[in-house]
Amino acid sequence: MNARMLPFYATVVIFLIAYAICYIQFPAMLSTRVIGNLLTDNAFLGIVAVGMTFVILSGGIDLSVGSVIAFSGVFIAVMLRDTSMHPLPVFALLLSITTLFGAAMGLTIHALQMPPFIVTLAGMFLARGMAYVLSVDSVPIVHPFYEWVQSTYWLMPGKGRLTLIGGMMLLVFLAGILLAHRTRFGTNVFALGGGVQTARLMGVPVARTTVLIYALSGLLAGLSGIVFSFYTSAGYSLATVGVELDAIAAVVIGGTLLTGGSGFVAGTLIGVLIMGLIQTYITFDGTLSSWWTKIVIGALLLGFIVLQKGLVGLTGRSAGTAGGR
Amino acid sequence: MTSGQASTLLTASGLTKTFPGTRALDGVDFELHAGEVHALLGENGAGKSTLIKCLTGAYRRDAGDIRLDGASIDPHNTLDAQSLGIGTVYQEVNLLPNLTVAENLLLGRQPRRFGFIARKAMNGEGREMLSRYGLDIDVARNLDTYSVAIQQIVAIARAVSLSGKVLILDEPTASLDRDEVRMLFDVIRGLRREGLGIVFISHFLDQVFEISDRLTVLRNGRLVGVRDVAGLDRLQLVNMMLGRELAEETRDHGRTGIDYAAEPRIRFSGTGRSGAIAPFDLDVHRGEVVGVAGLLGSGRTETAELMFAAAPKDSGSVTKNGKVLRLASPRDAIAAGFGFSPEDRKTSGIIADMSVRENIVLALQARIGWSRRIPRRRQREMADDYIRRLDIRTPDAEKPIGQLSGGNQQKVLLARWLATNPEFLILDEPTRGIDVGAHAEIIRMIEELCANGMSLLVISSELDELVAYSHRVIVVRDRAHVAALVGQDITTDRIVSAIARPTNLEAAQ
Repeated sequence: MNARMLPFYATVVIFLIAYAICYIQFPAMLSTRVIGNLLTDNAFLGIVAVGMTFVILSGGIDLSVGSVIAFSGVFIAVMLRDTSMHPLPVFALLLSITTLFGAAMGLTIHALQMPPFIVTLAGMFLARGMAYVLSVDSVPIVHPFYEWVQSTYWLMPGKGRLTLIGGMMLLVFLAGILLAHRTRFGTNVFALGGGVQTARLMGVPVARTTVLIYALSGLLAGLSGIVFSFYTSAGYSLATVGVELDAIAAVVIGGTLLTGGSGFVAGTLIGVLIMGLIQTYITFDGTLSSWWTKIVIGALLLGFIVLQKGLVGLTGRSAGTAGGR
Repeated sequence: MTSGQASTLLTASGLTKTFPGTRALDGVDFELHAGEVHALLGENGAGKSTLIKCLTGAYRRDAGDIRLDGASIDPHNTLDAQSLGIGTVYQEVNLLPNLTVAENLLLGRQPRRFGFIARKAMNGEGREMLSRYGLDIDVARNLDTYSVAIQQIVAIARAVSLSGKVLILDEPTASLDRDEVRMLFDVIRGLRREGLGIVFISHFLDQVFEISDRLTVLRNGRLVGVRDVAGLDRLQLVNMMLGRELAEETRDHGRTGIDYAAEPRIRFSGTGRSGAIAPFDLDVHRGEVVGVAGLLGSGRTETAELMFAAAPKDSGSVTKNGKVLRLASPRDAIAAGFGFSPEDRKTSGIIADMSVRENIVLALQARIGWSRRIPRRRQREMADDYIRRLDIRTPDAEKPIGQLSGGNQQKVLLARWLATNPEFLILDEPTRGIDVGAHAEIIRMIEELCANGMSLLVISSELDELVAYSHRVIVVRDRAHVAALVGQDITTDRIVSAIARPTNLEAAQ
């Protein structure tokens, strides 16, 4: 089989083994309740990780998303507190802001030929700063629409609850998979990851694709912010610090090459679930410090990068191309 | 096919392209017929790639006219040229290794259903495109799972399907083995039968003679001549490429006066690296200039890189004054008293933003270690000394080297190595791209250095120059050292015939 599928299979196998270990220790972990919670708790991370997958597939990085999520929460909370607008138009307004924000970063990256790392780092500070400007304190969200969304769920067999936000994440993944692997835009994203210069020579619209990729990441960060506001019922400018790094970790653990050009949106879902599973295990155990999550994720990440490095070396040698770019 | 009756597909007349400091193309004419394979030949810097880039729109020409099918064209970029009918395939396959073969073939025009890519239709279309070239492979697999030859054919299939009139093949065979070359040539012949005009660029003269109908030779940005390949003499072709007129010779044979009975200073035995250069033995004596001749891509630069340990060697050993040297990196080589001024000074020699002084001190500082910094005053003195001795034209030692002319950059590079006081200095094309006056000065310096007891190895395409300063000339061909000429035997005639047909020469010796 294709060697590039290996990281994806590795992720799936690790997930299954991890789940089996959890199940042996705590049989209750295989209930739909746990699965429902896994989806709900990681909904915001999953959604933003889909956007991150596209960015990383194209060979870029988006460090701004954590700040954009925090900004989104504060923006929604302040708008709902200070105006009489219904949440839905507020959401529409927010999504256009974050999408434009992402598009602007994409345009800067392309037009000025700047490294995405620097541009989105600037975006990270900018979005966090805007959140502070709106409110330094945590702003609670009280609205009937929020109560309705939070109390709406589909009762799965076994009394597990699939909440709206959990379902939303699954839908975003489905759309992401189709977009990445079944459209010309998706192929262009992979093409950029394979080599911008070559892609340009082959007629890929580099400017449009770059702008769209970061706009998509901004859109999904905004959506993730909305989901996070449902999850916490508040907007706080200090929330979700470092979530961009969690998202990058989920993408890499999901088998996407950090250098771009190869990977799977579906893998990112597994990556997110692995991270959630570790968290759940620690909750079940009750005696472990939550820092163990970070340690295990760190170890997994290292393992995956080594695996990818090995694969790249392997395929590079089999193709017989000496002196790479 | 003779040029008279064939229909002309592409003509370029009076093409001129100037870059700061050099005229890369100077009024070059080029004509391509439908249904012919036309080879484009010339050494490095001859203007081949500039010509190609002007034809494909990668560069805008400064003057001249390009006509395709009789109509004047002015491609703004490669995509533009492609839609006009001119497709290009490069040595480094310009496809995306991380996409499937079918995606590469149809990128940007994948068949769709309801906005989504129709995978089956795409793969079917891809298979059909390749079947025309006798290639039956799984197009749903990633491109990089296939050999370079197959990738090359995929690139050709894409280029032909997008352009369809003119196909430019830039060094397509450089990384292919014999069977793969045959496969590629079958494809090229098929396209010729279909009436495409094919421009073929290669350093392998055998391949040029095998596949081409006609050829155009460029030298120093000028057109040297157009010939029918049938009936063309190899010797004549090499003469055209190296640009030697039989009449004008400065010195008719190489220098003598080296005592070959003495123990050599440096001895390379069985040094080689598979794929780069076959194992060779070479002794270098005190005060000797060893010239290396050969066409571009013959393995002459590889020889220098192995000697300087810039590329790892597979086999062989190096001794200096009878003692074995362990050379694992250029650092070791510098420590052993070696120096190396590379061919492409822009990318691997000078550091353009650093001053003349810093560039001169670099190698010496590296040799004594960065912890023991050479005092600023001493650096100044050294720089001023070399600027005076080598007559480097610069207002002062603090000027960034990138602002100097090519000849003066070359002298600074030379100064860098002279500052380390090497016993063995390797110069790869020391006179490339510099004006005639500077040529003579560099040659004078080479002679002076060896008179002072330094040993030199000089690689050059300028045969007259090699003859002028060499005690011995090594001829490199097809990645092997094929002949060695000593003293009186060194003449441009002998070098040319050794490059053109090594077998004859070996028989003569």
